[in-house]
Amino acid sequence: MSNQDLKVKVWRGAQEGEFIEYLVPRNSNQTVLDVVTYIQRKLDPTLSYRFACRVGMCGSCAMTVNGVARWTCRTHVSQIVEGDSLEIAPLNNLPVIKDLATDMREFFNKWKGAVGFFKGDKTRHDDFAKVEPESAERQLANAGIECIGCGVCYSSCEVVEKRPNYLGPAALNRAWTLTNDVRDVQQLDRLRAVAGDEGCHACHTQGSCTERCPKKLEPTASIAGLKKLVARAAVRGSKWGKL
Amino acid sequence: MRSRPKLDLRAKTHLSYFAYACHRFSGLLLACFIPLHFLMLSQSLRGASGFERYLGLTDFWVFKFGEWALVILLAIHLVGGIRLIMIEFGPWRGLRKAWTQVAILFGIACGLLFLYLAN
Amino acid sequence: MSQAVLQAKLWYAQRISAMVLGLCVSIHLIIIFYAIRGGLSAEEILGRTQGNIAFAIFYEIFVLACFVHAPIGLANILEETFCKGFISKALSWILAALIIVLGTTAVIGVFTGGAL
Repeated sequence: MSNQDLKVKVWRGAQEGEFIEYLVPRNSNQTVLDVVTYIQRKLDPTLSYRFACRVGMCGSCAMTVNGVARWTCRTHVSQIVEGDSLEIAPLNNLPVIKDLATDMREFFNKWKGAVGFFKGDKTRHDDFAKVEPESAERQLANAGIECIGCGVCYSSCEVVEKRPNYLGPAALNRAWTLTNDVRDVQQLDRLRAVAGDEGCHACHTQGSCTERCPKKLEPTASIAGLKKLVARAAVRGSKWGKL
Repeated sequence: MRSRPKLDLRAKTHLSYFAYACHRFSGLLLACFIPLHFLMLSQSLRGASGFERYLGLTDFWVFKFGEWALVILLAIHLVGGIRLIMIEFGPWRGLRKAWTQVAILFGIACGLLFLYLAN
Repeated sequence: MSQAVLQAKLWYAQRISAMVLGLCVSIHLIIIFYAIRGGLSAEEILGRTQGNIAFAIFYEIFVLACFVHAPIGLANILEETFCKGFISKALSWILAALIIVLGTTAVIGVFTGGAL
């Protein structure tokens, strides 16, 4: 073992398992994804993990590195190594399929549950919808629409851990952007979906989502917007009807 | 063989989470303290001398320490609470980390002021 | 009232009472620092509050704001520590009862100074 080697503990197994340590040669320009790929190709082909673009665009490679959810392709080892050790685990708050791959169905189901999808009432025969880009609503929507569904925020949120049915920051962020989409026709359903104690009001503003989002989005802001909107709708009614 | 890892302290060591934890902790302790505080104050129904007798029960150092700690917790909960109101109702300016720092400083300041003014 | 509407209203009530408490606590802190100089005695306290209707109204508003704010906060904590259910509702209601009863008693106490 040369003193250039990294001691990398990797989660092997599923919901039950253990951390196995691998020795990986250290390079000067190495990402955590490089490390995981090295282990699977050179040391242990049975290791399961996900990646796709490897350039920080798709979000597939998100894992828990030294306890913090990150995109492994965008995390340089030199940034987060502790001495010469690394710990790599699957994303938190999601069931583990095998090793570093998690089952993301509940993440995407909650997206649906928050009515985080668009539905308009125009057809190809109608004129284009005219949305003013400088309008307040469009600016609010634009601030949150770059989400690619990587799961880092969901995996960092303690409320998701404590309330299994909590919709989570990504779903609520998407719901907020759609609430600000003037073309969408499901607003009342959406408000109903994000209310309740599994919805926006369960958020305690811990801020882990905003702190960890690799795209620098701010779900805390979106959820704050939803909290006000839903509370007002519950008490006074909204422009789309009463809750 | 063990269970898969869960969210641990490493995920939570950032300022905003710390602010949340302080706010929750201080709120819980204040909630436990308030009924006792009201109970003590209601001894005023016994008149000044009756009230004085019950107040005297708090002359033990443990109560004095508790009073000091509670003033600090109240100060932290107050400023942390203003931070939350700003985040939830005010214009969005991020996680308002400066307010967290103010909460800590204000808590320390109140603690020191209490020590200076109390006999 | 549906669950959703109830949760939204509880959130709103807790934030509104928080704003009231923000004011009340700030004033109360100033009073605390003023009052503890040179020690605290029953005579001193009652000397300030007895017969003082302004203090009585201020503190009763304070008690009412606490009555709304604290139990909702406690309910959230309990629901996340033990799961949702009877125990969180029961303990929150007990806290609410203690606050309103003992609090109002305290306000009456310091206002009348025992001369009921």
